[in-house]
Amino acid sequence: MTQFSLFDAYYSIEMEETVTKSMEEMTWQDVEPGGVITEPGNAACYFTGTWRSQRPRYDEEVCNRCWRCFVMCPDAAISPDYERNVFVWNYNYCKGCGICAYECPVDAITMEEEGK
Amino acid sequence: MGQRVGIEVSIAAAEAVGLCDVDVVAAYPITPQTHVVEHLSELVADGHLDAEFVPVESEHSAMSVCVGAAAAGARTFTSTAAQGLALMAEIVYIASTMRLPTVMLLSNRALSAPLSIWNDHSDAMMVRDSGWIQVFCENGQDAYDAVFHAFRVGEDPQVLLPVMINVDGFTLTHVIEPIEVWTKEMVRQYLPPFQPIHKLHPDKVVTMGAFGMPEIYAEQRFAHELAILNSRSVIDKAWDELASLTGRKYKAVDSYKTEGADTIILAMGSLCETASLAVDKMRQAGRKVGLVKLRLWRPLPVEELRAALGSAQEVLVLDRAISPGAGCAPLTSEIRAIMYQHDKRPKIRGMIAGIGGRDVTPDHVVDMVDLALAGKTRDGHIYGVRG
Repeated sequence: MTQFSLFDAYYSIEMEETVTKSMEEMTWQDVEPGGVITEPGNAACYFTGTWRSQRPRYDEEVCNRCWRCFVMCPDAAISPDYERNVFVWNYNYCKGCGICAYECPVDAITMEEEGK
Repeated sequence: MGQRVGIEVSIAAAEAVGLCDVDVVAAYPITPQTHVVEHLSELVADGHLDAEFVPVESEHSAMSVCVGAAAAGARTFTSTAAQGLALMAEIVYIASTMRLPTVMLLSNRALSAPLSIWNDHSDAMMVRDSGWIQVFCENGQDAYDAVFHAFRVGEDPQVLLPVMINVDGFTLTHVIEPIEVWTKEMVRQYLPPFQPIHKLHPDKVVTMGAFGMPEIYAEQRFAHELAILNSRSVIDKAWDELASLTGRKYKAVDSYKTEGADTIILAMGSLCETASLAVDKMRQAGRKVGLVKLRLWRPLPVEELRAALGSAQEVLVLDRAISPGAGCAPLTSEIRAIMYQHDKRPKIRGMIAGIGGRDVTPDHVVDMVDLALAGKTRDGHIYGVRG
């Protein structure tokens, strides 16, 4: 199962090294005319995981490896760990929306209060 | 020097757009803009103009097509009026802050309700703060020349802003005037090809129209505001070069018989020609009345206006739009605001005239001056309103 090369490439980008200034440091002079972004894909530098108030808890004993959570995640925050044969969550991007838990046909994913 | 021909102003403006070798025209027909886009569609259909004519399903789409095409580096044109502009408004704001230099001919028409197809400036005032460069034309030649100027200024790499050419609906769009036309060679000398700084192209991928978080929104809007403020030098240089090419000199602010004038009338658009005839009459009667014509509405030529109006005791601002609840109309309000912080402050009075296509004659303008100077009218007085 190595055909998900685009997916893996996405997570291998070290975006923070390619961006010269963070949004908070940019002055009006740094803004390209029209707000054009010349480094496409730099949304990856913005960690939407900070919005999360609920965290998915994954039970690998219950999981039937149907891949539905992987397909449905709107932020592509769920990825397969091929060696351990489980799914892992990238909490930099997981907003805690709960779609994975809702979609899971065997209730292997439950949402818990963040910081509990 | 070009040939002088008798031609309807809308047709002349469309011919000018064609001479500019526009790449994409997207428009939806609406009175009184119709003749402009009809003629452009003919130019394309008859093979005189190699452009993509997109007969869109709405004005919202017209502006969206222009935004998309300009983002890909195309020279774009659209035209609309009143309700069409209202439907377009969402994308109008997007074009300017995304710095996409579309040119729009706005055939000024009153906004509904009541439904009106006739002229006033309420449509233009609705998008006053959209961040477009906005000019008001006094006559047909002015409108025709403004097309070349608009593409030249908007596409300048220092500017990169859309330009709105305000042409009074019917009063100008549907009249036949003697217009001195440009040759292809003149356009070639005056208007370089559009070379955007960034464009949508697979060789160099960029993101346009991205989300602006609270951390960056203000910076992007400020960069846009500075762009329009700094466009003045490019606007003036383009008018200078237009003058050396055609012999016609346009300025942001024109003064007419203001030497020694105690009272100055200020107006925009076709009302200026009417008011100039009124000034002639009043001067002949020995009255010290002059006229200041404001061509450049955005960026507002603050210093020129102060210089032109500062010597008068009384200024009568003629507005062609109402700002209900504001107490005075938009132009009056802005003129008062810029004069307040000037050391010479004439008394500024406002009068609303010619809304919804109500005719304004030179005699009416004389009457307006008399009424205003007598202090018989409030600021937002609509001249001629019955009852």
